[in-house]
This record gives sequence, structure tokens and C-alpha cells, in this order.
Amino acid sequence: MSLRYWCIALIFLSSLARAELTIEITQGIASSIPIAVVPMKWQGKPLPENVDEIIRSDLERSGHFGILDPDDMLSHPASEEELYFRDWRLLKQDYLVISSIKTIAKGQYQVRYQLFDVFNERELLAQTLSANTNQLRDIGHRISDAIYEQLTGIRGAFSTKIAYVTTNRTRTQFNLAIADSDGAREKVVMSSKYSIFSPSWSPDGKRLAYVLLEDSGSKVYVQDIATGKKQLVSNHKGINSAPAFSPDGNKLALVLSKDGNPEIYVVDLNTRHWLRVTNHYAIDTEPNWMPDGDHLLFTSGRSGNPQIYRVSLVSGFIERITFDGNYNARARLAQDGRFLVMVHQSAKGEPFHIASMDLSRGLLQILTADTFLDESPSVSPNGVMVMYAAKYNKRSILAAVSVDGDVRFLVPSKSGDVREPAWGPYID
Amino acid sequence: MMHLSKLFSVSLLCVAMIGCASGGGTSDEAATTTTEVATEDTQTQAVPESPDVSVVTQEQVEEVAVNPLLDQTLVYFGYDRSEIRPEFKDVLNAHAEFLQANPAARMVLEGHCDERGTVEYNLALGERRAETVKRYLIVQGVNPSQLETVSFGEERPAMLGSSKSSWSKNRRTEIKYQAR
Repeated sequence: MSLRYWCIALIFLSSLARAELTIEITQGIASSIPIAVVPMKWQGKPLPENVDEIIRSDLERSGHFGILDPDDMLSHPASEEELYFRDWRLLKQDYLVISSIKTIAKGQYQVRYQLFDVFNERELLAQTLSANTNQLRDIGHRISDAIYEQLTGIRGAFSTKIAYVTTNRTRTQFNLAIADSDGAREKVVMSSKYSIFSPSWSPDGKRLAYVLLEDSGSKVYVQDIATGKKQLVSNHKGINSAPAFSPDGNKLALVLSKDGNPEIYVVDLNTRHWLRVTNHYAIDTEPNWMPDGDHLLFTSGRSGNPQIYRVSLVSGFIERITFDGNYNARARLAQDGRFLVMVHQSAKGEPFHIASMDLSRGLLQILTADTFLDESPSVSPNGVMVMYAAKYNKRSILAAVSVDGDVRFLVPSKSGDVREPAWGPYID
Repeated sequence: MMHLSKLFSVSLLCVAMIGCASGGGTSDEAATTTTEVATEDTQTQAVPESPDVSVVTQEQVEEVAVNPLLDQTLVYFGYDRSEIRPEFKDVLNAHAEFLQANPAARMVLEGHCDERGTVEYNLALGERRAETVKRYLIVQGVNPSQLETVSFGEERPAMLGSSKSSWSKNRRTEIKYQAR
């Protein structure tokens, strides 16, 4: 066996372990805000991370900004003394970000940045942040969050994490992974020969609940991300599936079929008290908590086709929410419950897409178009973007679309299939 | 009409092969009358109280043991459906007879789905497909303790790919004997 053979095998194995997500923006909004993020001033050996590039790609991915290429800039100022607003007005830029980085100790950096309103020649934001080498990416995302919030009024979610499942083409190896919201810094938290699905974040971002489909059937586990310790939470006869943490993090809503057919249950993770929520011969599944912690949304086949329902945990009252379409499933809420996001099939035989519904007006809008078999929508904590899984060029990939449908991007991986995205909460 | 005549010939075939071991095979609700006719036919053939009777019974046992229908262990379903299609009833009847004749035999029914729709809804649908087969076998007289179900949803496709043909092969209940 030659050395070359081993090298190829090693490359192959490492590509299996890391899915390496990338981002391809397919649609942004027409009236995007022009912004110039000047390359960060730094005197020294090249840094392991290009912080200003991280900011540019974060802002670009949001779809709300038109990013000026650094090569098209007339100058690269790093301080107010070097800054001529006229240059940036000439380049038709509304906003400008300048920054510099310096070493304060070995492996310790200090980053200072300023955001300017070019037209009014006014400073809008100025911050100094410090980081070690491993935190440079975090600094980039934090700056993006601050700029995004300053200019849109919406809290940025670039610093948040996503969880997802990667698998090889033959579906014999599954990895539950966590990465930055831009797909960088992937870390595998669980590997198995069994299928892993329905990852669900605890509200503090410290634990993940998920389903492991073993030979004997589906089981629900909760894993501590820092320690890697996993705990078997539900191992009843039949299906144990679709876990969802309550807003206070103390309970888990899930699906059990121990009664002979899938029903929604809530288990208190501290007392292990089980509460049966639904009682119907049809399929009831995919529970998701309303922000009040007193209601669950769920998918039920009780009308003949899957539709979204809401149940009160206090009164047990059940109300049907969706009426439009042949198949509505896996509901998630966005913007404090103003919008419902779900998997939608308009009529039998039509494609599956992601749709949003304005709950106050009952209007349904199909958000996705260029991907196929769209499923598993997961909403960013600021309620702006939906990450979902889809088929694209015969591969399972992640993609994202804004809740208003205006912004779209694909998150293909360099190898294997990626499924089951779950957008993590804000971590303070 | 074509459907009925097809059923008729299928049941005749079944009768010819098994020699109508029991009334268990006569539950095709769509074709009750035709099946009854078939049963009457065989009864008249099998009734003669001659030494032949014992020979027939032995043949019957052997036939059950090597019943080619027992090699069929896949039951397919329509899209988003979990009812048993009529064409799979003969296969299931053969398995029901086998389980009744062999009380030590244990069967696991694995429900599967195609990739369309959500992962969780499909996990539930897969269970329904396994459960319908289980209920059918129980109605045929199988002891429930011989049967187990498990759903693999859309997670273990028989065929990869997103085509109509692979989807139809993936919507299935797999019959697996633990002890035979």
C-alpha cells in the first residue's frame, strides 16, 4: 500500500468528519443600504482571522446591505484624522466602518471600530473590544451585531450558533455538529451510526435535546454541550421523538406513542413528572412552545392531512391554526409569535416549500422557490431569518430565507449531506 | 370489474396452492362474494371422506412450510397512506398462517416512509404503517405477543434518490422474523 493511497484515505476521512459549510447568497433586497467596511489596520504578522472580512460577509448575508469591495475604495482610513467623508459620498456610501487592531499582550488583541453616517458626517457607534486569538471571529460577529442593530433597529444574530446533522451519502455515519451562524468553526458534538434528528436547543444554549433512531426505535437524549455528557430522557415503548425545550428550560415537550399512537407529552426535567397533552387517534407530533410557556403549537393529521394546531396546557383547549394548503407541518414562531413559519405544500403533488403566516391577518406566504423538498425550518432568535434543509443539485443542504421572503442564501457543504438545522438562542 | 376478476383469480390461485387451509384468507372486503364462491368450490373438492383427506392435510402442512408467499416480506403503501392495499393481503395471510402454526415465531414490523414531508411526521406515519400490518395480522388470528413494531420514518430508505420509483419502494413495512 503506497503512501499516496494513505494520503487520499486521510483526506477522505477528514472530509467526512468536517462538512465545511460555505455560503452562497442567491437573493438580497433591491433597496439595500450601501456600507463600506474598511480593511482593519494592523501592523504585524498576518492574523489567523480576517475580522473586517467577517463583518463584510455577515452584513452581506443579512441581505440588507450593499457591501463595497475594498479594492473599489479610494483610501483605507483607520482613524478620523485619515478620513475624508467626501471620498465616501463620491462612492455613494451611506455608512462607513473603520477599525484598527493592536496587541496588548502575547496572544491578546484590542480592536477599536467606529461606524459613521457619511451624509451627516457623524459618528454613530464606537467600541473597543479585546480578545484572544480564538475569539477574533467572535469579535467580528459582535461588531456585525452592533452595526446591524444600530442601522436596522433589530438585534443582530450573527454571534449565535447553529446545530445541524451531517451524514455521508450512504447514511451509515451521522454527526451532530455546532457551528457559527455563518457555518464556520464546525464542532462535532455527537457521532453515531444511527440517524440523529430534531436537535433542539435549551434556552440558555448549554444543552441540546435530540432523537437517536436506534435499531430498537427512537429515543430522546439531552446532551450537555460543554461536558459532552448525554442523558437518556425518554425510552418508552414505541416512538420517543420531537423534543422541544420550554421557554424556562425546565420542561421538554415531546412525542410518545406508548398509548398506541403518537401523542404530545410534556415532561418536567427536574421532577420527571409526565403530562399527556393530546388524546386523538390521528398523528399528533412536532410540539413547539409559544413564548408564554402555556401553549404548544403542534402538527396533527386529525383533519385528514397534517395541519398546525395550538393547545393550551392550562385548559387543554385545541384550536386549528392553518387551513390554507394540503400539508402544513413543523411550525416555528418568529418575532414574538407574530409569524408562524412552517413546511407547506399547497396541494397534493405540489412541491414542499417553507411558508410564513402572519397570525394577526391569517395571510400565508410561500418563501422559498429554488430549493426542493424544503423541511425543518428554524428561526433565528431575532426572528428575521429561517434556516431550513432542502434538496439542491441532488444533495441535502441547508439554506436560509428571510421571514419576509426577500433574502435568500444557500449553505452548501463541501462533502456529504447536511440536514436538521436548529438555530441557537442568544448567548450573553 | 377488472379488479374483481383479478382478485378472483388471485384467490383461486391461493386456494389451489394452499388447499384452503382455513377461512382466514377470505377477508377481502371488496370481493366477498367471489371469495365465497371460491371457498365453496374448494370445500366441495376437499370434502370427500376418503383416505385422501389425510394426504391433503400433510400436503397442506408442507405447502405452508414452503409457501413462496412467505418469501415476500415487503408491504408497500400509497403516498401519505397507511391502509393495506388488497394485493398484499395474500402475502399477509400466508404470514398470519405461519405465525399461528408456529407460536414460537416472533416478527418485527418495521414501518418506513419516503423522504417527502417532515422527518417527525414521517416517523409517526412509519409507525402507522407498521401498526396497520400488525392489526391486520391480529385480526387474522395471530397472537399479539408474537408481533413487535418499530418506525424508522424516512431515515432508512430502501432506495436512495428523489424519484417516484425510489419513493414508492421506500413507503413500506418490512416483515422481519426474529425467531422462525
